[in-house]
Amino acid sequence: MSQKLRYAYYPGCSGQGTSKEYEQSTRAVCEALGMELVDIPDWSCCGSSPAHTVDHRLSSALSGRNLALAERLEGVSAILTPCPSCLTNLKVSAHKMKDPEFAAEVNALLDFPVRNTLPVKSILQAIYEDVGPDALRPKAVRLLTGLKLAPYYGCIMNRPPHIMEFDDHENPIAMDQLMEAIGAEAVTFPLKVECCGASFGVARRDIVQKLSGKLLDTAASNGADAVVTACPLCQMNLDLRQDQINVANNTSHNMPVFYYTQLIGLALGMTPSQVGLEKLEVSPMALLESLPARAEAQAQAAKKPASKGAQS
Amino acid sequence: MNVIALSHSQDRDFIAQVEKESGQNVSLCYQCGNCTAGCPYTFVYDIPVHQMMRLLQAGQKEALLSCRSVWLCATCQSCTTRCPNNIDVAHIVDVLRHMARREGYSTEYGVKSFVDSFLESVEKNGRAFEMGLLLRFIGKTGRFWTDVDLAPKILPKGKLSPLPHKVKNPEAIAKIFERFRQECQK
Repeated sequence: MSQKLRYAYYPGCSGQGTSKEYEQSTRAVCEALGMELVDIPDWSCCGSSPAHTVDHRLSSALSGRNLALAERLEGVSAILTPCPSCLTNLKVSAHKMKDPEFAAEVNALLDFPVRNTLPVKSILQAIYEDVGPDALRPKAVRLLTGLKLAPYYGCIMNRPPHIMEFDDHENPIAMDQLMEAIGAEAVTFPLKVECCGASFGVARRDIVQKLSGKLLDTAASNGADAVVTACPLCQMNLDLRQDQINVANNTSHNMPVFYYTQLIGLALGMTPSQVGLEKLEVSPMALLESLPARAEAQAQAAKKPASKGAQS
Repeated sequence: MNVIALSHSQDRDFIAQVEKESGQNVSLCYQCGNCTAGCPYTFVYDIPVHQMMRLLQAGQKEALLSCRSVWLCATCQSCTTRCPNNIDVAHIVDVLRHMARREGYSTEYGVKSFVDSFLESVEKNGRAFEMGLLLRFIGKTGRFWTDVDLAPKILPKGKLSPLPHKVKNPEAIAKIFERFRQECQK
């Protein structure tokens, strides 16, 4: 890390609203890790899923405006965004615009053209690749020992692999390793890349209740205390809609759903309010307060066989 | 089983149009069923995704553009990622949805209304305005009870702004939509 880490930053619309705590903890963690985020001036909506379901030129133009604005910034190595939906849109439009004919159609909709010169990455990818779990570990002043997490990446952080070009598309491990670096345990979670029901919560809530319900059931049955995610929509479906899910499926989950940046922030010594824990619907405070006792119990359990061995 | 008389009903222009817009070769599909096996949405689809691919090979335009599945695909990319023949299946479904829209279908009216509400919000403000788009959706569909149970949960958290976070120059975004509509009319 001899080079200064400086990036163009695309916050995304949900960061101004339903995922404020993701935005807040992302900025705090990046600052603490020496990653400079330069906001794309007057960034606009990437179009999200709705735009690409209507037309690919429109979708790429809405994303493309932001790519073009980012390209005007000086000394940035990549465009970063915390949101997988923004990430997909920005990456797909950059990918499709490698075709000159398509690029011309998109540029015709824009005030100034996209040059397609900067790579687009998730904040997760930048933390994982440019900082890394090994550099994060010694910075953790408060290990989250005893915390069992279901690492949930969501469906589009890694898929399709030829466009997303990050981690494994069936069994991603970046977030697992970052969580382990701060002392938490990533439990086996076979639904790491399954869909949560996406943006159907408003129009077809039954879909989200079924798919997100399955995620919570699987996390619980694999021994997780909480889910950790990198996606605002996944987080909202699992957290804000958890009561709806419980009623629909006759379950009684009371499972906190963290953003991975909130947990890294805590480990780096930030307070709960600095990472916006009070903005989560299912309160994680009792769980977090139980961690020191759990860590103690784990340490005792680890000592026992060793001391037995020493005696014999 | 659904039997189709191909000699009478195969719309070859439709197949060619889907291939052109998606950049995919639909004849590569050999019906292994991997897409449907991994699709989380099969439980709400009227036509499972591998059957959509087969209907596409058979040029069954009306059956495809009028089905629910095209609206209920979330583009989660499972089918595309797992296709052994590297067909971008999710892209094909996206293109079918574009065509269904252009030809006036709205088999899942709620889903279409949500998409429309979202994009209207972006066209007006330059950014998605969550509270505003929910109200637009309710206005379009008359579903006044949509997520009312969530209001007491989310409002005290101070996450939902009653006013949009606009870009400095919303006209710049509105112009993108305007030019797009002009292009579509050409």
